[in-house]
This record gives sequence, C-alpha cells and structure tokens, in this order.
Amino acid sequence: MQATKLLNLLWVFALLSLVAVGGGTAVLPEMRRILVGHFHWLSDKQFREIYSIGQIAPGPNMLMVLVIGYRLAGALGAVVVGLAFFIPDCFITFSVNRLWKHFEGSPWRTAIQRGMAPVAIGLMLSGTYTVAKISIVDFATGAIAVAVFGILYFRHVNPAILILIGGAITYLVRAW
Amino acid sequence: MSEAAGTGVAQAAPARAQVGLFSLFKIFLTIGAISFGGGVVAYLREYIVSGQRWMDDDEFLDSLEIGQTLPGLIAVNLSVIIGDRIRGAAGAFAAAVGILLPGTVVVMTAGILYMGNRQNPAVNHFLGGVAAAAVGLLTAVALQLGHKQLVHLRDFLIVMATFIAISLLHQSLIMVILVVGPIAVLLYHPQTHKGGAPRPMRTREPIRLAGHR
Repeated sequence: MQATKLLNLLWVFALLSLVAVGGGTAVLPEMRRILVGHFHWLSDKQFREIYSIGQIAPGPNMLMVLVIGYRLAGALGAVVVGLAFFIPDCFITFSVNRLWKHFEGSPWRTAIQRGMAPVAIGLMLSGTYTVAKISIVDFATGAIAVAVFGILYFRHVNPAILILIGGAITYLVRAW
Repeated sequence: MSEAAGTGVAQAAPARAQVGLFSLFKIFLTIGAISFGGGVVAYLREYIVSGQRWMDDDEFLDSLEIGQTLPGLIAVNLSVIIGDRIRGAAGAFAAAVGILLPGTVVVMTAGILYMGNRQNPAVNHFLGGVAAAAVGLLTAVALQLGHKQLVHLRDFLIVMATFIAISLLHQSLIMVILVVGPIAVLLYHPQTHKGGAPRPMRTREPIRLAGHR
C-alpha cells in the first residue's frame, strides 16, 4: 500500500516536473487535477492550505510539493516527491544549457525561445486561475486578491508583506 | 576578481576568475534564505550581477531566457545555469542545493506544524487569506511578464489558446504542450515568414526583473 503510493507519487511528480514549462505555477492545474480530482488524495481546502504554506517560506514557492509528499506518505513521501520534482529538471537544464551554446544564431533556438514564451504565460495564467478558483470564496478573499494585484502591479512592494497582511485580514475577519 | 571583465566575451567561461565553490554555495544559500514572497530571480540578479559581479547583465539575461524556456522552476533552472557557468558541474550542484535548502527547512517545519493544527480555525483562516493574496501576486507577475514579452498578435492568440485549452476545456497539460508548443515554435521560425516577418505591434522589452520570478 505504502509502496504503491510512493511509486504513484514518484511518477506523478516526475511527470509534472517534465511539463513545468514556464515555472511552477504552470503545473498547478494539472497537479490539482491529478491529486484532488483523480486520486482524491487531497481536498481543495488542503491543496489550497499547503499551497499557502509555500507562499510563506523563502525560496521557490513550489517547495510546497514537499509538504504534499509528507502529508500523503510521511517523511519518505517528502523525499520521493522532492527528488522526483527537482532532479529531472536540474538534469535537463544542466545538459541543455551546455548544448544550447552550439545553437547560437540558429533560427530554431530563437523560434523555441520566442514561441514558448507566450505558452509559458498562458500556463501561468491557468495556474493563477486554478488558485483563484479554490481560494476566492467570499468578498474578503476577493478584495484581498484585487488589492494585492493592484499594489504589486503599480508599486514596488515586497510581496511577502502583502501575503502576511492578506492572511492577517482573513484571520481577523473570520475570527470575529 | 576582474580578469574576466577585460575579455569582454560573455560566453568565454574559461576566462572567468575562479570563484570558490564554498563562496558560491554561500551566496545561493543566502538568496534561498532571504527571498521571501518569491521573486527569487530578482535576488539572484542583485547578488550575482550587481553584488559579486560573477556575471554581466547580458549573460544573466541570456541564462534567464534559457532557464525559463526549459521545464522546471525558473529560479532553480537559473541557479543550475549560473552555477555551471561559474564553476562547472560542481557549481551547478552547489547552486541548486543552496537555493533550495533554506526553503526546504522552513516549508517542512511549517508543514509539520500545519499537520498538527490543520483543524485549528485560526490556521485555516490565516492560510485562506494567504492563498487569496497569492492570487493577486500571481496575476501581477503574469501580467508584468506578459506586458514585456507579448508583442505580436500571435503572442496573444497563443496565450489565449493555452489558457482556454487548460482552464476552460480542461485538457491535460501534456497534450497542450505537445500541440500548442510546436505550433507556437513554428510560428516563430523564420521559414514561416518568407515574405519578411510581420511587424510587431510594439517593441519587445528585454526581461526586466521588478517583481519577476
């Protein structure tokens, strides 16, 4: 049972790592589809809360996948998910970066970089939409999202502060 | 320290002054520990280009373009590329471990605390607001990046096709990448536009880093 789950986590996160075009946000819709929709391993509430934990830690926010692994299969789950999600991409990036130099000036290199940029942005928007669907549940959460967007789009503020303020607001609004 | 600067060749890695593996690790560890709220790329640029001067801005942006085209977290990919260009394979390894280690410790500590308190309403309320704020943050990042990179009509069509396929038609990510990806790349291959490339609607700005991750 445990071995089957670890194996499933291994292939799910290895697969997600291979299709993470445009960064971690890009895989959120697929991750939710598989973990919440297909396997029913997590509820939307748990997925949202674990995603939020990633937001309050330093470094890449997608390190939250480790908590998903831990939640589903304990410490070994966290290790398996971490290796599956990070090792393939590191290896691909390392190899392709070395090969990439040889294609300097190739029309294909330019075409891939230019063509994949809008795909990546489309995927980021889809990931954002997924988080919005499961986290904007009332007026307060909607207002927080709009306010944070407005502030960050037009002003240079450290997002970490706004993230913590957002959490404090829902805490205060719902606690009273 | 500055022997490499005299050559003026960004790609000529061997001319670079030797950077200690441990100093390299320490810098990435520092960035991994202080980059709260995402935006790791901006911290990398500040430390690697402006602070340590291990790379010039052109090479950094070149690395960023490669790092964000390939699958994976952009901050990790970029760390691997920078580490490799500065200190080879060992440097790539040290950079990746350094950027991920502090966040791993924090996220696992928070995750274990969460597991013990996930029925606590205060925790649920707080994390609910964090997720909502994250939506605002993600939207701002995507639009800022879009504003800089999307210059042709076909750019917007590709963005829309990708978004609709994933979010509204619920197609699998693999299918979308395998179908939309090659079409997008072919649209940008010069052979596609024999009569001369279509004029962009506006100039494509280089990727700048305010709020960009």
